[in-house]
Parts: sequence; C-alpha cells; structure tokens
Amino acid sequence: MTEPLLTVRNLSVTYPGDDGDVRAVRNVSFTLGRERLGIVGESGSGKSTTGRAIMGLVGHPGRIAADELRLGDTDLRSLSESGFRRLRGKRIAMVLQDPKYSLDPVMTVGQQIAETHRTHLRSNKRDAKRAALEMLEAVQIRDPERVYTMYPHQVSGGMGQRVMIAMMLIAGPEILIADEPTSALDVTVQTQVLSIMDELVRSRGMGLLLVSHNLHLVSSFCDRVLVMYAGQVLETCEAGKLSEAKHPYTRGLLAALPQLGHRRPELPQLQRDPAWMADLA
Amino acid sequence: MIGLDNVTIAYGTGTRAVIAVHDFTLSVPEGEAVGLVGESGSGKSTVLRAVAGLIPHAKGEIALAGVRVDRRRTTAQRKTTQMVFQDPYGSLHPNQTVDQILALPVAIHRLDRGEARIVQALTEVGLGREHRYRYPHQLSGGQRQRVAIARALILEPRILLLDEPTSALDVSVQAEILNLLARLRRERGLTLLMVSHDLAVIAHLCERIGVMSAGRLVEITTATAMAKSQVTHDYTRELLRSNAGFDRS
Repeated sequence: MTEPLLTVRNLSVTYPGDDGDVRAVRNVSFTLGRERLGIVGESGSGKSTTGRAIMGLVGHPGRIAADELRLGDTDLRSLSESGFRRLRGKRIAMVLQDPKYSLDPVMTVGQQIAETHRTHLRSNKRDAKRAALEMLEAVQIRDPERVYTMYPHQVSGGMGQRVMIAMMLIAGPEILIADEPTSALDVTVQTQVLSIMDELVRSRGMGLLLVSHNLHLVSSFCDRVLVMYAGQVLETCEAGKLSEAKHPYTRGLLAALPQLGHRRPELPQLQRDPAWMADLA
Repeated sequence: MIGLDNVTIAYGTGTRAVIAVHDFTLSVPEGEAVGLVGESGSGKSTVLRAVAGLIPHAKGEIALAGVRVDRRRTTAQRKTTQMVFQDPYGSLHPNQTVDQILALPVAIHRLDRGEARIVQALTEVGLGREHRYRYPHQLSGGQRQRVAIARALILEPRILLLDEPTSALDVSVQAEILNLLARLRRERGLTLLMVSHDLAVIAHLCERIGVMSAGRLVEITTATAMAKSQVTHDYTRELLRSNAGFDRS
C-alpha cells in the first residue's frame, strides 16, 4: 500500500459521566490510504465518534487521547481550533446522514457550495460560482443552473445528498468521511448516490471512510472493513470476505440479518459475550 | 380478513387534493401476512393508515373481518385492528410508565381483569416485572418496541398493522423483534399487513409482497418468486438490484 493519508494509533475518546468516565472510543488504531475503508457497528459502538474525533468535532467535555493522530504530515493532536477550521472542508470533509438537517435552510444550495470554494480557495465570486456549477454537474445534477438557485427544502433527499457531496469535494480534500450518507434515502436512490461518491473519490485519488450500520452495504462497497463494538475495533477484514469473518460478534450480526431467498423460521439472536468488552490494549 | 376494493385515498379536497393512493385492490385472508414495499411517497403507509381508520378514504371499499368499515369505527371494530409504528421513541407517551401505557387501552375498551392482562402482555413480549413501572426513556429501543407491540396485543386484535416496525433498530435487536412477531402471529393466528423498505425483512415475515410505486400497486408477488427474481415490473427489478447491495462493476 502507498503512504497512508491518515494514521490513527490508540485513539480514545472519553466523556465524563455520573458514574465515572465513559470511554466511547477505546484504543482504536487504523490507517487510511487511497481506498474505501468501512466502519460498521451498532448504535453506541463508537463508529461516529471515531469519525468526529478525526475532524476535531468532539466538543467539551469530551476528551481525546491518542498515541498518533496524523493527517499526512499534520499532527491533529496539537492542532488548535482555528487550525481545524482551516483543515475542515479543505483537507478532510464530512458528509452526514440527513441533507435536510446538514444544509443551511435559508441559503440556496449553489451559494452554499460556492461559499466553501471562496473560504478555502480564496476565490472571487465569479470563479466560485463557476466551480460550483461544475461540481453540481460532476454529481450528475441535470440542470445545474436551475438547481444552483434552489433552496434545500426544494430538493429531494437524493439530490440534497448529492449537493452535500458537491460541497464537500469542491475544495479538493484528501479524505472524505461519510457518516451514514445514505441511511435517510430510498434504497434505489442509495446506490446512485454511492456510485457518484465512489466515482469522484476514486478519480481524485482520495481516501474514503464510510461509517455505517449496514453490513451489506459496507461489504459490497468498501475495500476493507473495521468492525466496532463497545468503542473497540474487534476485527479488520477485507470487505469482500466479510462473510468469512472470524469474530463471533461479526458472525452473530451476519446471521441475524434476514435474507431474501433463505427464509428461516427463527433468526439466530446475538449472544453477547462480556469478554468482548475487555480491553484489547 | 382485510379487503380493499378500488380504494382511492386523497389528502385535501377539491382542486387542491393530492391523490396519494389510486384504485388499490388487495385481499388478505385470515392468518396470512402481506407486505408492502415501495419508495417513500409511494403511498404504502397511507394504505396502512386508512386500514387502521386514521385517515378517511375518498372512494372504494374497505372491509375488515367481513364488515365494511369507514373512518368512523365502533369500539369493537377498533379493537380488531391494531397498529405498531416505526419509531418507538415517538409512539410512546414520554410521561407515562409502561403500566399506564398498557392500562389505557384496557380502560377505553372496558375490558375485565386489567391487572392480569397487563402482566400477560408483558410476559408475551418478553419483558419482566421490573419493566412495568419504568418510563419509556428508561428503556432501550428494542424494549420500547416490545412495549408498543404489547399495547397493540393487549386488546387481542385479529389484525396487526406494522409500519416499518424494525427500521429504527439495530440488526441484533431487529432479529429479536422479528422472531417475536413471527411467534405471536403463529400463536394467535394474526393477520398481518406490514410496510417496510427492506425486502429481506418483508420476505422474512410475509408470504405475499405487494410493490407500490407512485400511489399504485404495480405488482403483487410471493416472497419465493421475489427471491428468484421472477418479477415483471421494472420498479420491482430495480428494488431487487438495490437490495443486493452496491454493484462494483
């Protein structure tokens, strides 16, 4: 593999709780190259928190600790808030679940995309608009001129998510973190949005971190998969070989999925082993 | 058990009316489970709400247990048809304990042996005595959905309507709820009408699957035929492709 774009070693995120500290992420290590890396896990497994920690979005009173957290040659551990502000959108971008909530409702979608361009590339209004229109076209929006002037409530969910992708990629980041990017969309629209994202990320040589609870989607879309449980990475495997996963948790999750064409009277229920909670450090 | 004959459902009236469902015809015999799939806005939940009597239908006939019904229902008619909603966070009263949530339908329908019914309903959905006096926020998502199912079953309905009952839940919890629904259906001979966007979930519980698109039932097929891709409509084919995951080629 080539030089990793992102290196994470022993990342932990801790929140103070009533009964002592809650460790949402515990000693997570991975590297991300020019590839599609998936993080799967159930709610509360720490998969989204891992993505947010990389973006510097774990706010007070959460604490981040890591032996190494590096984007290229930038050490993210010592980066200030203003340093992160320059970084976000420019070098790391993030697509969230629901475009209804992540787009500004009182700004046209075109202005929002152009704003990213102006902020990070210090371009003038005309160049920013031209770049935004090109970007809308790149995410396969048929009539960019018209969509540019539309407000978020006027676009459908699938179109909104494509607008988000356009906004995130316009400044040419090295890494895209996509946190459940298609969970709010219809299944038939999901695959369209994913293939657009895949195409752009690949042609620009970016790294993609896809956070999802959908095992099926991750195994068919990504190159590698990290399986998280209780804040830890239980297993890393090649996405195509997820069905051959070794850890009992991964196997349990896969077995619990209903399958079309393979009807069982009873779905095997996941038996949680307390040993999975033990620190792997 | 459920008969829908040329049902048309509209929101609003006059020139501003939006027709959400066009000429919908479907018959579900007693004890069968039928699933409806389709994209958002295709009208699948609207059909369910009309069967439940939550919204009126403009044209056509809805019959439940052989009796033609309208939006106005008698208490006895309401008792036969109960519904479980998608979001267990939104469908339970936040300021009422599980006990109060289950006692209310018993009181409305003036049923006897309230105490025994509540205990039995909780046992049937796999909740213990310790859950009875808790508030919804003190329960997990799966436990909340169990309470919602218990609330529907406490009236001993013959028809259970399920609107995306597991899509807000994790995979492991989804398996538990699906197993619970399958068992209750077997034990009580329930007739199910279920809506979901997940083909595998529908095929797991239902024998027949109806595919909706733009307010119309475009195809009705069996779970077995669906699994073998023996479908005729283009939209169904697209749905099958999408359900198979992302295609790298």
